[in-house]
Amino acid sequence: MEHLSGAEMVVRSLADEGVEYIYGYPGGALLHVYDAIFRQDAVTHILVRHEQAATHMADGYARASGKPGVVLVTSGPGATNTITGIATAYMDSIPMVVLSGQVPSDFIGTDMFQETDMVGISRPIVKHSFLVKRAEDIPATIKKAFHIAQTGRPGPVVIDIPKDITNPGEKFEYSYPKKVKMRSYNPATRGHSGQIRKALELLYAAKRPIVYSGGGVVIGGASEQLTELTKSLNFPITNTLMGLGGFPGSDPRFLGMLGMHGSYPANLAMHHADVILAVGVRFDDRVTNGIGKFCPSAKVIHIDIDPASISKNILADIPIVGPVDSVLKDMLKLIKEDKRAPDVDAIANWWKQVEEWRSSKGVFPYDAGDGVVIKPQKAIEVLYEVTKDMDTYITSDVGQHQMFASQYYKFDKPRRWINSGGLGTMGFGFPAANGVKLHYPDAQVACVTGEGSIQMNIQELSTCMQYDLPVKIINLNNRVLGMVRQWQEMQYEGRFSHSYMDSLPDFKKLVESYGHVGMRVEKLEDLKPAMEAAFAMKDRLVFMDIAVDASEHVYPMHIKDGSMRDMWLSKTERT
Amino acid sequence: MRHIISVLMENEPGALARIVGLFAQRNYNIESLNVAPTEDPTLSRLTLTTIGEDRKVEQITKQLNKLVDIVKVVDLTEGAHVERELMLVKVKASGSQREEVKRTTDIFRGQIVDLTGSIYTVQLAGDSGKLDAFLQAVGSVTIVEVVRTGVSGIARGEKVLSL
Repeated sequence: MEHLSGAEMVVRSLADEGVEYIYGYPGGALLHVYDAIFRQDAVTHILVRHEQAATHMADGYARASGKPGVVLVTSGPGATNTITGIATAYMDSIPMVVLSGQVPSDFIGTDMFQETDMVGISRPIVKHSFLVKRAEDIPATIKKAFHIAQTGRPGPVVIDIPKDITNPGEKFEYSYPKKVKMRSYNPATRGHSGQIRKALELLYAAKRPIVYSGGGVVIGGASEQLTELTKSLNFPITNTLMGLGGFPGSDPRFLGMLGMHGSYPANLAMHHADVILAVGVRFDDRVTNGIGKFCPSAKVIHIDIDPASISKNILADIPIVGPVDSVLKDMLKLIKEDKRAPDVDAIANWWKQVEEWRSSKGVFPYDAGDGVVIKPQKAIEVLYEVTKDMDTYITSDVGQHQMFASQYYKFDKPRRWINSGGLGTMGFGFPAANGVKLHYPDAQVACVTGEGSIQMNIQELSTCMQYDLPVKIINLNNRVLGMVRQWQEMQYEGRFSHSYMDSLPDFKKLVESYGHVGMRVEKLEDLKPAMEAAFAMKDRLVFMDIAVDASEHVYPMHIKDGSMRDMWLSKTERT
Repeated sequence: MRHIISVLMENEPGALARIVGLFAQRNYNIESLNVAPTEDPTLSRLTLTTIGEDRKVEQITKQLNKLVDIVKVVDLTEGAHVERELMLVKVKASGSQREEVKRTTDIFRGQIVDLTGSIYTVQLAGDSGKLDAFLQAVGSVTIVEVVRTGVSGIARGEKVLSL
């Protein structure tokens, strides 16, 4: 049997778990571990410039690959700086393992230098956490953490490691467990067959059905089944912000995203539906609008791995707890055996109505402007045109640019649209893009951002320089905090309290100082050629600073406390 | 409505904090709570009472079930059950009041577990309503201190909460 120190066990366990990259930042409590990292080459450590960026990098990687992202930070400020990133992953159910250093066991609770109660601080935003008490427990704890992070409804897991148990002078027998069994943790593995049967009967009888699918389909690896089911039933489908790519965005059955900034046909079809097949969603407030007025004539079938998501906001008529891929597989199998289908005439009539909605207002209409000033919507459309035939991942920050990207970019595959949907974390997009690029060096990775969001983690330009990460940054620069400003204009009579940025850097010069390529684009005619040039520079990070029209709002927009169909369609037109 | 939620959980440090934290974080209320190890020292049994409409309580049990340290959760008020709470009350009693306190304690089948010239310490077990009634009944004397354990409960009959 091999003998290793606690520090060596941390690194070896990660290697035995199959971890390729860890993202982190060293510090006092972790020096033994960083020394162990130095003396091996199975696991590669990526040094970020701020711990928050480490969590978003790991998160971006996890969203693109489906595997847990791994973060290593020191105690105290190192640990607290990860909190935003952990909460971001928690809200979107992203598998992540965060290892934090802790002061030596005997000093815990003494307010030692760089001490913080990491397990306590992170408790409300983790799926689970561990404070390791003995070096011998390190391998089993790491195994458990990875198991918990990526099974059931995934989420972040924190492992807090006191410095004394990583002491290089003390060696222990090392073996990495092959399996893990926990009597108190058994996520559902199959959906209830009786419930699935009931759901099918409702689907066969539906006259005005719609499929409403979310992040659970992407995370649960169920896009293939969802696509097959939706096509075989010939139902209209809409995705949540997190669910984009779960069904091909360019398929005619796709009505666009739904919700607060969802499409006119998607929100109307939801409102008038008689059966809603909800898959891997949580009826978030940004989807439902006023709960009391939500889809008055709909029966709801709700499939989710997390029983607590079912009937939390909207009562499900037929709840099905189980992994979405397995439940949808069971449904497809039964439909084939049944040789039954929904009422063809009723579905045809419903499609006629849906197509009428789609053609009357368009999916996401906007005013094209004078053809000189760049509309932010147009910038996304051009991005789509330029990159649609490439192997592309799009990440985004938070605000108007995020909504425009979700509306105008058509995602045909899952895991290609990476954004902070639940927590809405500005500063997420750029480090997330870096995490994706590191693991998929041959893919094009673009971060759609704004001049507000990008400055929340702009120090990562330095990380990109160190590790040669040629991502593309699409900065929709309107010189204001667009989404805040939109609300202030609509609800606060245009009192633009602190939503204006009057001291922006020259982004071109800034990125050039890090050795990257900067571009400034101000006219529509220059946009496409510039973007083509940017994506042609495969081995360079290109920062495209694009001047866009600051007066644009994101539409449609739900009218507060109304129903799904109550929307502003432009500054002057409402439903 | 008042619900008694009974939880079987790993006897691990931090497990209680996770449960209490969940209630604070999700804006659920806790009326009373008690926790102690079971016959199996690796397991603890926690009983808490909360007030809320059925859908909210359903969310509470679902959210509790999600916590990794929790083995099982049951809402005892869904079925027949026995509930008990223990109370220690210190009352100031002198003269004729001493006899009255003694009599009231007997009626409620309580015990006087400590006394001085002016103080009786009464121990009383029962459901929460009975304990409230006792406090009302001795209302004429001065209650100096009240300590209650919070509700413990167990299902009637064959039903058990175990691994």
